[in-house]
Amino acid sequence: MQHHSHHELHGGSFGQWIPLLVLIVVTGVYLCGTASVKSGKARWNNWSTISFLTGMGLLGIAVLPTLMQWAHQDLRGHMVQHLLIGMFAPLFLVLGAPITLALKALPVKAARWITSILRSEFFYSISHPITAFVLNIGGMYLLYLTPLYIESLGKPYLHYLMHVHFLLAGYLFTWSMIGPDPVPKHPSFLLRVSVLFISIAAHAFLSKFMYAYIYPLNSPHSAEQIREATKLMYYWGDLSELLLIIALFTIWYRQRKCSRYNLTPTVS
Amino acid sequence: MHQDTEKANPKQSMYAAALIGVGVMAAVDEIIFHQVLAWHHFYDRSTPKIGLLTDGILHSAELIAIVAGFFMLLDLRRSHSIVKPRAWAGFFLGLGGFQLFDGLIDHKVLRLHQIRYVDNTLPYDIAWNLAALILLFLGLLLLNRAKNLERKEGTGHLGTSGR
Repeated sequence: MQHHSHHELHGGSFGQWIPLLVLIVVTGVYLCGTASVKSGKARWNNWSTISFLTGMGLLGIAVLPTLMQWAHQDLRGHMVQHLLIGMFAPLFLVLGAPITLALKALPVKAARWITSILRSEFFYSISHPITAFVLNIGGMYLLYLTPLYIESLGKPYLHYLMHVHFLLAGYLFTWSMIGPDPVPKHPSFLLRVSVLFISIAAHAFLSKFMYAYIYPLNSPHSAEQIREATKLMYYWGDLSELLLIIALFTIWYRQRKCSRYNLTPTVS
Repeated sequence: MHQDTEKANPKQSMYAAALIGVGVMAAVDEIIFHQVLAWHHFYDRSTPKIGLLTDGILHSAELIAIVAGFFMLLDLRRSHSIVKPRAWAGFFLGLGGFQLFDGLIDHKVLRLHQIRYVDNTLPYDIAWNLAALILLFLGLLLLNRAKNLERKEGTGHLGTSGR
């Protein structure tokens, strides 16, 4: 059923490795940060480091040239990539608290600059669950229900842009739910749960809708392949969402204790 | 240990466990009838679009219910206000309630899928909803027992009753 011409995303074989190199550099910077924090007087939770490395590892798998090639020809491969980049990696990266690490590791001047961003009204509205939800799920609906997906197959730059969008939107949405970094005000727990509820429903609906009506339309993929891909989307999406709900309720459980014994919440 | 509020909370215990019951029944339905037996279909052609939407909403509610229920019970246990007989009653009411909802609304009203794709689905529908009613009945029995226990012990400062 493959009548899709097999062409390289990049001319050179070196170009394929660029995303992976970027990830390795970012991981290196993060580890330098933890080392400098620990050598100083500040404390750093090792679980955050483990979580961040896990997230980076998942991203690394997603951008391996072999997976890239598979994803380019096969919707199942595309879906695996999408799940890793947009759902699983963001969860572990957010729990790795890179912003908090930056605040602790960077010189005071730079840290103050970051804090002023975190405190800004603009940041509050962009990182609000509803904004993040629209960017995240809205992007998915656009990609699969409009000709955008077909367009991205032929244009490598669109393809990369799409992945970057899903990584950022996925991170933003996860952060809006369980962001561990210090900000002056968080939207209420009830609002966060409500938005998460709508988001999970929207994701489940989109997967079944695509399964039922064979979206993306006019794609080179067979109907059978699309159905398998949307099942992956549905069930693996479930797993990542279940982990996110557990993380969100863990925060609630901790805060209940703090409010009961009149303690101030500690940022781990 | 701490100066906890040692007040028994029968209602919350029941609701929290009912949420777990709903989630567990949904999981059983998914694992046994969808995956293992493959009687249910992921989607069948008779499903209207609105059915897909309500299915997504229900699915989301199930996932959140099971986690929320667990954490609520943990919280009740931490503050020593859990009432175990009530929790068991709630659990069975949740199981039966969800099963009945699934059997009537999902299968028949919204026509998401049938229990099994055979010519005559009636025996399956009867068995399904009968099982739901039995679970509900068990839940009500347990609730009665729990209420009697509470009356005997006198309401209020129970701590953890039950074994």
